[in-house]
Amino acid sequence: MAINYKDLSDEELLYGAKTCPGCGAPIAVRLALKILGARTFVCVTASCLGATTTVYPQTSFFVNNAIAAFPATASTIAGMSAAVEMQGLEDVTILGIAGDGGTADIGLQALSGLCERNDNVIFICYDNEAYMNTGIQRSSATPYGAWTTTSPVNETGTAKGETRIRKNLFDIVSAHRVPYCATASTSYPRDFMEKIAKAKNLKGTKFVHVHAPCPTGWGYPSEKTIEYGRLAVETGLWYLAEYENGKVTLNLAPKVFKPVESYLAPQRRFRHLKEEDFKVIEKQRDEEWALLKAKAAS
Amino acid sequence: MKPHLNKDFRFPTNEREMLFGSGGDTGNLTAVNSGWRTFRPVIDHGKCIRCLFCWTYCPDGVIGKEDTELTIDYDYCKGCGICANECPKQAISMIKEEK
Ligand SMILES: Cc1ncc(C[n+]2csc(CCOP(=O)(O)OP(=O)(O)O)c2C)c(N)n1
Ligand code: SF4
Ligand code: SF4
Ligand code: SF4
Ligand SMILES: [Mg+2]
Repeated sequence: MAINYKDLSDEELLYGAKTCPGCGAPIAVRLALKILGARTFVCVTASCLGATTTVYPQTSFFVNNAIAAFPATASTIAGMSAAVEMQGLEDVTILGIAGDGGTADIGLQALSGLCERNDNVIFICYDNEAYMNTGIQRSSATPYGAWTTTSPVNETGTAKGETRIRKNLFDIVSAHRVPYCATASTSYPRDFMEKIAKAKNLKGTKFVHVHAPCPTGWGYPSEKTIEYGRLAVETGLWYLAEYENGKVTLNLAPKVFKPVESYLAPQRRFRHLKEEDFKVIEKQRDEEWALLKAKAAS
Repeated sequence: MKPHLNKDFRFPTNEREMLFGSGGDTGNLTAVNSGWRTFRPVIDHGKCIRCLFCWTYCPDGVIGKEDTELTIDYDYCKGCGICANECPKQAISMIKEEK
């Protein structure tokens, strides 16, 4: 489906949320709801999005929204999809939304069950690369080198931020042989909405992992959210890919990557990184892309 | 039309009037976000080419495209500056709020 901004609805199904100015998460959610429409039943679990859309007595979702416990996004939407099926509601889309912590860490077991049963839902993981709502703790999606309160940095250089490479959710979910799995970015809204439109029209478990920059946790001015999301892709530190019918497709493969420091150096969480650290990150990136390209070619 | 502040909202006085749980209404805005803003985006409609980048990227969805000129819902704009930063024509200026 080709997306034309001018044909999209001006109606907002997410509005007035208490997210920080410039937060990437509501960009993903409002654009997804433009494609999915008012007959979407949502489940959001503990996260920045959950906390900022339901500040009693306010509710910012203009569609049905169930709030569930932190690990339970996938199990809740599995139940919702069973209920909708039993009631014969054929025009309804069930949408689960969780953060990277709620997906890659605490929600992973339920997500695996969901994918294995192939329940008819869409699961969106919005990835701000840490546990932001509780004040910036590392998650298994935190990138190598990033400072968080639990991946600290010290002056002697013995603590240099995150020491592990991030878990690859795209690989984990596509290994379940789901009908559809994709990565996306809030800086590439057309690509993201096309992926949501594709997911809407498929039956079974559809998973979209969308990179959603966070000015507060990453440490950059609020107006730069789209710019940094784009730089992540242009430096090869994030990628846009799809898995469908057993095949991996790269939606955008930069011929030459921009230098990683153009993305990393201006962010507070990477401020301590030195030339040698950028080299390590570049090497990790090249290894990741070699694997990705091999998968896309097979 | 964008959603708007529910001016008729009154806090429940007993549990029968409680809003949430199954059966509660969706979408109930009881406060505006305009107080968060330090800078206000102002569109120069003469420069605007209606590419709708600002409309798409605005995290809060406050830019409206139903009229001949784009509109901004200042009740819910947080002044993040993304619209101005992404506008290819520099048609949006961020003006310091007085108050
Ligand atoms: C079982 C449980 N453990 C811990 C918490 C506290 N908690 C609430 S939100 C959150 C962080 C969520 O991180 P993520 O899923 O990445 O979403 P983000 O806030 O970053 O958007 C945590 C740890 C909780 N609500 N429930
Ligand atoms: S901390 Fe980050 S993810 Fe959370 S609301 Fe603020 S900008 Fe958004
Ligand atoms: S981004 Fe600029 S040119 Fe494009 S629609 Fe908005 S104001 Fe007009
Ligand atoms: S300043 Fe931010 S919230 Fe306000 S209209 Fe621009 S993008 Fe939207
Ligand atoms: Mg997170």
